[in-house]
Amino acid sequence: MKRKFIALTTLIALTFGFVGTAIAECTNDVWNKVMDRGKVVIGVKADYKPWGFRDADGSLVGMEIDMAMDVGATLGVEVELVPVQSSNRMQFLEQGKTDMFIATMSDRDDRRKIVGIPQPNYYTSGTNIMSPKALGFKEWEELRGKSVCGKQGAFYNKIVTERYGVNIVAFTGNAEAKQALRDKKCVAWVYDDSSIGSDLASGDFDAFEMPLMSEDDNPWGLAVPLAENNCIFGRFMSGMVFNWHQSGQLIEWEKKWGIKPTAFLADHHEKYKDWLSN
Amino acid sequence: MIETITSFFLQLADDYPRWNFIFFYDSFQWWRLVGGLKMTILLSIACVLLSVVIGVVGAWLQGSPKRWVRLLVQGYIQFFRNTPPFVQLLFFYFALGQITPTITGPDGWTEVPLISNVGWAIISLSFFAGSFNVEIFRAGIEAVPESTREAADSLGFSRFQSYVELVLPLAFRVSLPALNNNLVNLIKTTTQAIGIAVPELLYECVGIWNDYPSALYPTMTVLFVVFIILVGILVAGMHKWEKSMKIPGYGAS
Repeated sequence: MKRKFIALTTLIALTFGFVGTAIAECTNDVWNKVMDRGKVVIGVKADYKPWGFRDADGSLVGMEIDMAMDVGATLGVEVELVPVQSSNRMQFLEQGKTDMFIATMSDRDDRRKIVGIPQPNYYTSGTNIMSPKALGFKEWEELRGKSVCGKQGAFYNKIVTERYGVNIVAFTGNAEAKQALRDKKCVAWVYDDSSIGSDLASGDFDAFEMPLMSEDDNPWGLAVPLAENNCIFGRFMSGMVFNWHQSGQLIEWEKKWGIKPTAFLADHHEKYKDWLSN
Repeated sequence: MIETITSFFLQLADDYPRWNFIFFYDSFQWWRLVGGLKMTILLSIACVLLSVVIGVVGAWLQGSPKRWVRLLVQGYIQFFRNTPPFVQLLFFYFALGQITPTITGPDGWTEVPLISNVGWAIISLSFFAGSFNVEIFRAGIEAVPESTREAADSLGFSRFQSYVELVLPLAFRVSLPALNNNLVNLIKTTTQAIGIAVPELLYECVGIWNDYPSALYPTMTVLFVVFIILVGILVAGMHKWEKSMKIPGYGAS
């Protein structure tokens, strides 16, 4: 049994080239590739207002696109934006389709095993629902057994399913899920409170509200290839995020894109303040 | 037995973090996978049957002496064959779904549609594959010799009788290989129902690998294997059927 087991696992490992996970040394492959071709390919969201979305003429804009552009400017290279979805952003990075991504991703333990998430985190959000005012939900418990629209790839789908017995109907895109809510196919749309907040502020959802207490507040992280997290690329991105916090750039972007000011950014700005400045 | 399997896959996940076959030791994920498989099988069977019926009826109507009936069938074929099935799914579910009758739920707000997303998936995929089937059966019908049909006419068969008793049985044999191809495609196309949140196999698999990124490769492997088996069963069945219906001296041996 044991021998068979070892033989089988070795076979699988050899077939797919995963022998152990230890990262021996920095080869900086992706970093060097970016430098050589003078272009960095960054995955961003295209359906997540106001972090990454398409404006009237179809070009990608938003807070995270501003961040991506600043990365390119600091590197001194061109930026190519690739729209990604929650359910494929990590795979695109692994396959080398993107060099890095800034795509509203919550920084989770199991995700750090797949992609490199340089610290510090640049934003945070919790889980909440958008539901019609007519239903007047007050507690998460009231959702038990009901159909709630969701988005494929969100980590809290599992949490609310297990904790509150919610029946998640997950769509591939935000637009479809919100359309299903408008069509009254579900009683609520479960998503990041920050995104729901900006949808409600847009005036397109007047009959809806965000009635519950946000749960599972989770910081967001941008991602670089796992092998380069502790090499030039990861260290460089850590520096970028640190500087955005220290200079107050993130707070400025937050204001520019009409996002409700978060204590998270204010706290980090304070924490990383240059002690010589006043 | 089951314990050996679960402990094997637990150990495997421990040794190789990218090969976490979570559904082989976590019962919640297992039932998720089984539920998805059941839905995929349901979609496949329902769509295969319905699309063949649409094909047979459509091919008959195509030979109708009434011009407007022929035009109607032609319009149906052009519409369903020439637009992407994914777009049809979204159109049926979101656009037509708004004008079909609904029942207001007990909370007084939700509207439970008479046709669920599963219903729309079956309807839309069947009509899509059915449009191809009409053309496939037409090819078979045109292969039936004119003289055979004339013989039926002269024996006093009505148009319906000669279609059911004579033309179709012969045409069917000729159409089977092409039909086989189209039905294989149909089974694979059922995965597109993920677009309207039908909890079929792909939907559940995407859910599992999003909840457990370490289960990505195993889940994809399972997806491939399941579809190879499903399509294999269909192809084997069709071949058997083809063989049993063979008439010596008619068509290719």
